[in-house]
Amino acid sequence: MMDKYSLLHKIGIYFSIALFLLFMLLPFVEMFIASLRPITHLFSRPQLEVGETLSFVDFMSRFWSDKMSFQAYRDMWVTVPQLPRYIFNSVFLSTAVTLISLCFVVPAAYAYARFNFRGKSLSLTLFLAVNMFSGAVLLIPLYKLLRSYGLLNTYWAMIIPGVAFLVPTGIWLLKSFLEKIPYELEEAAFVDGASRLYTLRRVILPLAVPGLVVVGVAIFIGAYAQQFLFALTFNQNRDYMPLPAGIFEFIGYQTVLWNEMMAASLVGILPVLLIFLFMQKHLIAGLTSGAVKE
Amino acid sequence: MKQFIEIFKPKTKAQTTTLFAWALIAPAALVMFWVVVWPLYETFRLSFTNANLGTLMTGADYIGWENYEKVLGGRKFPAIVGRTFYWMFLSVGFKMVLGLIGAALLASNIRARGVIRALVMPPWIVPIAIGCFGWLWMYNGHFGLLSNFAEMAGITDGPFSFLAYKQSAFYSAVVTDVWIGTPMVTLFFLAAMQGVPKDLYEAAYVDGASRWYRFRRITLPQIMPTIISMALLSAIWTFNSFEIIWILTEGGPRGATTTLIIDTFKTAIFSYKFGAGATRAVLVVLILGVFSVIYLTVLGRLSKKYSYSGAQK
Repeated sequence: MMDKYSLLHKIGIYFSIALFLLFMLLPFVEMFIASLRPITHLFSRPQLEVGETLSFVDFMSRFWSDKMSFQAYRDMWVTVPQLPRYIFNSVFLSTAVTLISLCFVVPAAYAYARFNFRGKSLSLTLFLAVNMFSGAVLLIPLYKLLRSYGLLNTYWAMIIPGVAFLVPTGIWLLKSFLEKIPYELEEAAFVDGASRLYTLRRVILPLAVPGLVVVGVAIFIGAYAQQFLFALTFNQNRDYMPLPAGIFEFIGYQTVLWNEMMAASLVGILPVLLIFLFMQKHLIAGLTSGAVKE
Repeated sequence: MKQFIEIFKPKTKAQTTTLFAWALIAPAALVMFWVVVWPLYETFRLSFTNANLGTLMTGADYIGWENYEKVLGGRKFPAIVGRTFYWMFLSVGFKMVLGLIGAALLASNIRARGVIRALVMPPWIVPIAIGCFGWLWMYNGHFGLLSNFAEMAGITDGPFSFLAYKQSAFYSAVVTDVWIGTPMVTLFFLAAMQGVPKDLYEAAYVDGASRWYRFRRITLPQIMPTIISMALLSAIWTFNSFEIIWILTEGGPRGATTTLIIDTFKTAIFSYKFGAGATRAVLVVLILGVFSVIYLTVLGRLSKKYSYSGAQK
C-alpha cells in the first residue's frame, strides 16, 4: 500500500532517475562515441555562415555517421607501443598494493573489532585522520624518503604510498565486517583451549572470507584509481608507468589523438569495470555496512 | 635485567589483551609512521627552511618564519584560501543534495533497482584521471559535446571553450568533481535509508503522513549521522582534490582554479621550492584540522541526539 505510486509520481520518479543516470553516464557514452570516430571526423565542423547556428542535424551527426569504426582500437597499440605494458603495470601495481595492504589490515582490523584496550579509540581516530592528508600534502618528504632508499623510479615508489593511504580505509571496512561475527564462536573456541592466534586463523578468518574479498576488491579499486599522482611525481621510468599516466602519450606535440586516447581509456578501465560488475552486489553491501544502523 | 622484564610482563587479563591487540596493530601502525607521520614531521621541518633544488645536495638552512610570513602576507594567498573554501562548499553542497535525491530515487519502489544502482557507480570506481580525460574531451572548445550542444541550443553564440575562461573553467571543474563524488555519497545515503526501520514508516503512514513529511521527519533524522560524517569526509577530500583540477586546467586559466593543494604542488614540485611548498602543505593540514574540529563541535551535540551504534554493543 505504502509503496504504491500514482502514475504521475511514477513518471516523475523514472524521469528523474533517467536524468540522474544521464549525468553519471554521459561522459562514458561520449568517450565511447569519440573512440569510434575517425580523427578527421572528430575534428570536423560544419562551415557556418555568419549568423548561422549549429543545426540539430549537424549536432546529431556526432553521434552517428557511417565513418565510425573500431579502427582506433587497433591503431592505439601502434601509436603507443608501450600500451600493453601500461595496462599490465596498472593491474600489477593494484594487485601488489591490495595483497600487501591486506597483510597489515587483517590483524589490525581484528584487534579493533574484538578487543577493548588502552588507546583503542585514539589510535583508531589517528588511523582515520590519515585520510585527511591527501598524498599531495606529503609529496615532498615522500620524494626524499623514496630517494634515500633508492626506490624512486621503481614499482615500489608507487606501491608504498599506495599501501599507506589505503590501509586506514581497509581497517575501517574490515572492522565493521568482523564485528558481525558472533563473539560466542570465539568464546567457544577459547573454552576448548584454543589460543588467540589459532582462533584468528581457524575460526575467524574462514568466516570473514566474504568480508575479506569485499575489502580486497575495494582496496584494488582504490589502488587502481589513485596511481596517477604517485606515478606523476615518483616515477619517470616508462617501463613502470601505470595506464593513467601512460595515456598522456596520446597528447602529442601537434594534435591530441582523442579517438585513440578515449579507446585506450575505455580499455584501461575494463579491468575495474569487470571486477565491479561481478562483485557489485557484495561490494555495495560491504562498503556501506558502516552506514547502516542495526 | 630480569626484574626489568618482569615489570613489563602483563599481569592482568586486561594487560594481556592490550599487549596482544597492539601486537596486531603494530605492523599497520609502523607503516603509517614511516610513510605518513614521519613525512608529516619532515614537511613541518622543511617549512622553516629555504630548501630548493639548489640546496638538495648542500642541505637547507633554517630561516625561521620567513616562509610563513611570505605566504600569509602574499597578495594571492587570501584569494586562494577563499577560492578553496568556495570550491569545497559548492562542490560538497551539490554532492550532498544530488546524493540525497539520488538515494531517495533509488530507495523508492521501482523496477530494476539493482541495475540502476550499479549504473550510478562507474564515475566512482573508474580511475579519477581517466574520468577526467573524458571530461577534457567533453569541455573541448570546438568539437566537444557540451560546446556543440550549447551552440545548437542557442546558449552560446559560437564554439565555447569551457576551460579557457576563468569563471567557466572553475565551474566546469566543480561539475567534474561533483560527478566523481556523487556516486559514493548516493550509495552511502541509500544504504542508510534502507537501514531505517520499516515500522517507523508504516506507523506514520497509518497516521496519514504524506510521503514528503515522512522523508523530512523520518528519513532525514534517521540518516543524519551518515549525512554528517559523509559531509565531513567529502569536504576533506574535495579540499584536497588534486587530479581533477590538475588534468582539466593545471590551476589555470590565470589561477582561476588554483586551490591550496594545486598551489602547494606547483610551488613544491614545479618550482622546486620545497621549503615554501612545505609551508603551504602545513597550512593545508592546519586549516583542515581547525575546520574539522569546528565542524564536529558544532554538530557534535546534534549527532548525540541520535544514537549511532557502531562498535559498542
